[in-house]
Amino acid sequence: MNPTTTALRAGWSRGLIELRQSFTNGAELWSHFFWPVLMLVVTFFLRDVTFGQSGISLGTLALPSILGMNASMAMVTMSQQLTADREDGTLLRAKATPNGMLGYLTGKIVSVSGGLVADLAILLIPGVFLVSGLAFGPGSWLTLIWVLALGMVATLPVGAVLGSVFTSARSQGLLTLPILGVIAISGIFYPITSLPGWLQGVGQVFPIYWLGLGTRSALLPGSAAGVEIGESWRHLETVGVLSAWAVAGLLLAPIVLRRMARRESGSTVAGRRERALQRVG
Amino acid sequence: MTTSEKVVLDVDGLRMRYGTTDVLHGVTFQARHGEVLALLGPNGAGKTTTIEILEGFRMRSAGRAEVLGTDPAHGDERWRARLGVVLQSWRDHGKWRVRELLAQLGSYYACYSTDLIKRPWDTDELIAAVGLTEHADKKIRMLSGGQRRRLDVAIGIVGRPELLFLDEPTTGFDPAARHEFHELVHKLAREHETTILLTTHDLAEAEKLADRILILNSGRIVADGTADELAQRIAGVDEVRWTRGGQSFTESTTESTAFVFGLFNRYGETIADLEVHRSSLEDTYLSLVHRALVHQAEEAAR
Repeated sequence: MNPTTTALRAGWSRGLIELRQSFTNGAELWSHFFWPVLMLVVTFFLRDVTFGQSGISLGTLALPSILGMNASMAMVTMSQQLTADREDGTLLRAKATPNGMLGYLTGKIVSVSGGLVADLAILLIPGVFLVSGLAFGPGSWLTLIWVLALGMVATLPVGAVLGSVFTSARSQGLLTLPILGVIAISGIFYPITSLPGWLQGVGQVFPIYWLGLGTRSALLPGSAAGVEIGESWRHLETVGVLSAWAVAGLLLAPIVLRRMARRESGSTVAGRRERALQRVG
Repeated sequence: MTTSEKVVLDVDGLRMRYGTTDVLHGVTFQARHGEVLALLGPNGAGKTTTIEILEGFRMRSAGRAEVLGTDPAHGDERWRARLGVVLQSWRDHGKWRVRELLAQLGSYYACYSTDLIKRPWDTDELIAAVGLTEHADKKIRMLSGGQRRRLDVAIGIVGRPELLFLDEPTTGFDPAARHEFHELVHKLAREHETTILLTTHDLAEAEKLADRILILNSGRIVADGTADELAQRIAGVDEVRWTRGGQSFTESTTESTAFVFGLFNRYGETIADLEVHRSSLEDTYLSLVHRALVHQAEEAAR
């Protein structure tokens, strides 16, 4: 077997092991369920509030939007895990193993996307029963699959880039605020058309809006497009923007990752550990 | 020992500079196939820097280095598969189980198996070899310090490396764990003909484990040889004590045998309680390190 196939295979099993671990320990199990449950509560309370003249309930609009938002949050997961693995030496271990970096990244993609699919199911399955007004057809699933798949390709490499840039779990915290800001202007909990024009413009730069739009187009009746910009699901634009993020991420990620990996050595890991301990002490 | 003439490690004039500080000033040494080499020196001597350059984890500023016939700055994955690396501190993969992780990391080596060396090491055999059989299904973060270190070594040798780097392998070990670890290193060198480069600041350990000791101090190799050679080569000062007529005397000399001969010629049987203390390797080491420290302080004062 050639080395690349070996590493891809090892990465695949690595991803499955990590996925299993994330569903068999208390803290992570909690995080898998906490947000979906919270979101379901939110949509449940929004079920009777309708948006403007459209007659569509905010809960109905929000559920698919939240699915899209969660998909784009895989970017944050990727980034956080990369930083954590760099801090504890997992990445250096991969570097010391032949083709270990390829295996490591394959494993990360498998575990992060696997975890995401599980999280989406945890949200969507009860959501279907709690929220009325969703439209399911064979087309819904097809749209959902391509939107999510493209969304992953758009966001995971960017997450890897962010994870390489931030060197400690503490500096990762800096990401939280801007991300909350972007969520607020991405039309997840309230249609983007109610925002001023320039903010709509800013929101449309980021993949969160487009993922939300894509998942809404999959799960809502055609008439719901009335509350969107241009009263359309704009599939072409969705593909365009998400592909642009994907291309940028895929071009940038290998360069940034390689540069980051090259700098890893025993003493850099030990140094970071010492700094982290000093902060605690 | 199964040392052959094949040179596995060849380092010549290795220099490392961070900003304006020189950490290594022209480190030169060689290791032959099957040899166990100890890089001995106080903290901050440049041991870890040297080993990281040879592992291919750090770029050198100048000098030549060949590890298994390849420049470590340009080593490919095939080269990487022939090396084993055990660093000072690991705390990765805490959620993994011992057997699970060794099987996972071993799988990368399967395609680098040769007729002579079957890679990777069988997981259960390896676990037994490092004495972790009872803990094979434990989560790694539940291991004690000594167990964790043995796991690190197991990971380092899972690909049956031809050359193994051990950076401060026994820091924090209790005496029993240290003894077991030394047995393991001997076994690797004897039965598997692994060439080993280890760093330590513990002289007794270097003496026990290594065929040859390199003393590194302030970025320079100040001595290179077997433990016996080092003690002899660096003219140590012996201490001669005796009593004569109820009075005790002490004399320091580099020529203790001739001195004692002269003493008896002069005073004959009136000499009593004669003791000759040969300078030990430890004295040699301490005086070398001390000399370098004084030298450093003088440089800094200037």
